[in-house]
Amino acid sequence: MKNVNAVFQKQIKDTLKNKEIFIQFVLFPVMAAVMKNMVKVEGMPENYFVNLFAAMYTGMAPLVAMAAVIAEEKEKNTLRVLMMSGVKPWEYLLGAGSYIWAACMLGAFAFGLLGEYQKGALGAFVLVMGTGILVSVFLGAAIGTISRGQMMATSLTVPVMLVLSFLPMIASFNEKVSAAAKFIYSQQISLLLGKVGSLHLGFENIFIIGANMAAALLVFGYAYKKCGLA
Amino acid sequence: MAYAVEIKGIRQKFGEKEVLKGINLKVLKGEIFGLLGPSGAGKTTLVKILTGQLGPSAGSLQFFQGEGRDCRRYGMMMDNFGLYERLSCYDNLKLFARIYGVPNKKIDEILKKVGLEEDRKCPVSKLSKGMRGRLSLARALMHGPKLLFLDEPTSGLDPVTGAWIHNLILGERQRGATIFLTTHNMEEAHKLCGHVALLCQGSIVEYGNPEEICRKYNHQNKLHIRLRDGQCVELPNGKEAAEAVRDYLAEGLVETIHSTEPSLETVFMELTGRRLEEG
Repeated sequence: MKNVNAVFQKQIKDTLKNKEIFIQFVLFPVMAAVMKNMVKVEGMPENYFVNLFAAMYTGMAPLVAMAAVIAEEKEKNTLRVLMMSGVKPWEYLLGAGSYIWAACMLGAFAFGLLGEYQKGALGAFVLVMGTGILVSVFLGAAIGTISRGQMMATSLTVPVMLVLSFLPMIASFNEKVSAAAKFIYSQQISLLLGKVGSLHLGFENIFIIGANMAAALLVFGYAYKKCGLA
Repeated sequence: MAYAVEIKGIRQKFGEKEVLKGINLKVLKGEIFGLLGPSGAGKTTLVKILTGQLGPSAGSLQFFQGEGRDCRRYGMMMDNFGLYERLSCYDNLKLFARIYGVPNKKIDEILKKVGLEEDRKCPVSKLSKGMRGRLSLARALMHGPKLLFLDEPTSGLDPVTGAWIHNLILGERQRGATIFLTTHNMEEAHKLCGHVALLCQGSIVEYGNPEEICRKYNHQNKLHIRLRDGQCVELPNGKEAAEAVRDYLAEGLVETIHSTEPSLETVFMELTGRRLEEG
């Protein structure tokens, strides 16, 4: 665990100085706060903007951050140096992935506070987001692993990110899209966040999110086998 | 003899192209060994195989009589430094101090050793290429490795930084470390190395002590004397020329006197028809 901790601590310092990644963590909570306080429409569901931006954040921030961090390390040759120093690939992935998950969970907690959820509801809200963030971290790791550099990572991340983050919003306006979107984890996260006060996990929710997580792990496994980490 | 590295029949193919064609080498424990060759000769590929970044297509390696490859006992400085641009010099080393289990006080010591103690808080993105080279070397040295791989350690650096790095390398040898150095700088190899191997198009074309190699290829074996009046005299390097040389010296006519033994560069040219510093 020494190496995992070393990578985690490095990532904290590096992210604070990396505006492109740092902005991913704060952009959506700030936008949700602004929209919640500025836009009041009659008949709009309670916490509409908080839940909407929380679902978008789940599909975007961890995905972009994880892919960018790994791709940059590959491009700048720092990942190879880490591997040559005895850091195992799983130690690096656990260190970087757990940091990004933890940083995104701070954002999830901020969303929960912004939605004025309390006690059990706040816990359920953070738990639902945490599950979605984990799937996005796996997908981001797959994209970062398969990419030779940051440019390629951006090209691959943008379409995936757009689908994952905007699908829940489009689904709320279009029934046909909604019927297809329900097989994507970010839509399931969006649906669960919408009823977090009386959260009841159905088989469909668990199955779809579980299947998405398994698919993300498979994609990562394929990427790792094909390209390796360094 | 105790060997730090034994390379037996290493071959490396990339598709149809064979980059290394059966390399056999032995590096003595505690020596500075130089692998010389022009760009594209296969030096970096061999270092990548030695450091475990590449698996060879054929052949075997042995370190310290079969100790196995333990990353923590080795240090490495590659031509691409692999430093974290946004982190300071200190934080770059702190990451590796944690990985190697080295106490934090060692970071300041090594920064002082490479002359970066005043830049400890400076982000790497603001360092010059020479300073990055020194920081990269500090990272390779901080855990006191017993085997150091240095891939073109002074390539593209100014002479002052190059000399600084040479002194650090010599200091490491005094400590007892074995150094495997790749370079296309023959002066560097001559100055530092106990043994060198000349690599060309994936094959070792000559191996030995730099002085001995130069003597071995001294076919001309002559003396070049430049006299004060501008005249150049060429004499055989033997006792038959002793009287003539003594007369020139006695009469104070000699401006310069040189023997004609070749440099590593000219040996390489004789063997391969190419220059060491060819791109």
